[in-house]
Amino acid sequence: MASLNKSTFLKSFLSYLPIIFLFFSVFNEFDFNYLKLDYFSFNFIFILIFFWTLRNPDYLGYLSIFLAGIINDVVIGVPIGISSFCYLLICAITSYIRQITLSPKFINDWLSFIVTVLLINSIQVIILDLIFLYQVDYMDYLINAGFTFLFYPLFFLLFNILNSQISLKKND
Amino acid sequence: MVKGRDDFVIALRSTFFKKKEKQKFSLISLIILSIIVIIFSNLNFKLIQIVKLGINEVIYRSSYISSVPENKIKEIIFEIKSHIDLHEIHQKELIKIENTEEIIALNNFLTAENKKLRELIDESINSEEIFARVLIDRESPFLKSIVLNKGSKDNVKIGMAIMDRNYLVGQIIEVNYSNSRALLLSDLNSKIPVIIQPPFLQAVASGTGKDYGVIEYTKDEYEENQIENKVIVYTSGLGGLFKPGIPVGKILNNSGQIEFFSDFGQLSFVKITEFKIGEDK
Repeated sequence: MASLNKSTFLKSFLSYLPIIFLFFSVFNEFDFNYLKLDYFSFNFIFILIFFWTLRNPDYLGYLSIFLAGIINDVVIGVPIGISSFCYLLICAITSYIRQITLSPKFINDWLSFIVTVLLINSIQVIILDLIFLYQVDYMDYLINAGFTFLFYPLFFLLFNILNSQISLKKND
Repeated sequence: MVKGRDDFVIALRSTFFKKKEKQKFSLISLIILSIIVIIFSNLNFKLIQIVKLGINEVIYRSSYISSVPENKIKEIIFEIKSHIDLHEIHQKELIKIENTEEIIALNNFLTAENKKLRELIDESINSEEIFARVLIDRESPFLKSIVLNKGSKDNVKIGMAIMDRNYLVGQIIEVNYSNSRALLLSDLNSKIPVIIQPPFLQAVASGTGKDYGVIEYTKDEYEENQIENKVIVYTSGLGGLFKPGIPVGKILNNSGQIEFFSDFGQLSFVKITEFKIGEDK
């Protein structure tokens, strides 16, 4: 009985992990800035949203993503709504990829990811720089996109393990 | 060709309009909602301002609580670094202590002389200080700002200076009821009028988004005349927000980069200061 309860708890905890990661990241702006390494930052949230909305969208709702975007904007101090818009565009792209893909392959996902990150960063820069007249460093965005692209395989592996655990528990 | 276009339209329609079992909202409705939020968040209606203040209050407090583990890691890294640099820091401090008495005496004389000269031209500088704790130290690669635990209920106003000891670190850009946000001098959008001493030239200190600032809009001969090893950058007082003479940073080795006196990554408590220039005697 105890093991059954434990299993149920673990199952629901694992299924909530993507959302927990998402909200923890937006509240903390997960970019390794405290390591004080020059030219090193990556956007963990982009990786998280891209992977889960592409591979298993049931565990990361669009509404949570929208709310996470609002929180992210307030925390980093940019006009409210920009991150939500960008995150939802990632969801739109992943949803489209899901519609047109029969058998998902890692390399295709990875290449789609860099295109998505560059597109989303460009949209963000256009909104901030041209509409709201915020001065932004294009090089920082480019470097961030590069590291985010490089880190995707690592998080892909970790999230894949988590995803298979969730699916396993679900099918138990 | 027509079939291909049909497939594309069907895929797009499914992407934006179709809801999965566990999704409560379609993607297109949330995208439209986020566009509405972007537009409304930049309108200055009272109701929108109140809603924004409410959201800011809740999120800043929540972010402060959830940042506790991250702050602990930062503290540990800082502790380790200070242990490693202990000997070097000690040597530097010894040199400073040797000269301290001499500097204090000279400083007292200059302060008194400065006060007397200001009285002669009927000018006075008063300041009101509010001590604040840093709630969120969000030095993201794109925005350098801090959130403080004092807001409009403590008479904090937009434009007030943020000081770390006697050094300028930024200014208030957003005020909520119980907290406020300050833009650091290192942010790309930060520009303050300064004086470069020597050779006493007016300039603008701009943030770069990195840990240092740069000098802009000054005389061309500034770079040619940089013969001194250590050039100090002070606020010039132009613009009326800051009093003249607040130390900002130093320019080392003709680099043109301002090394700020204060370490913006280690701010825990700061002073929010309002300068009243020329109001009372």
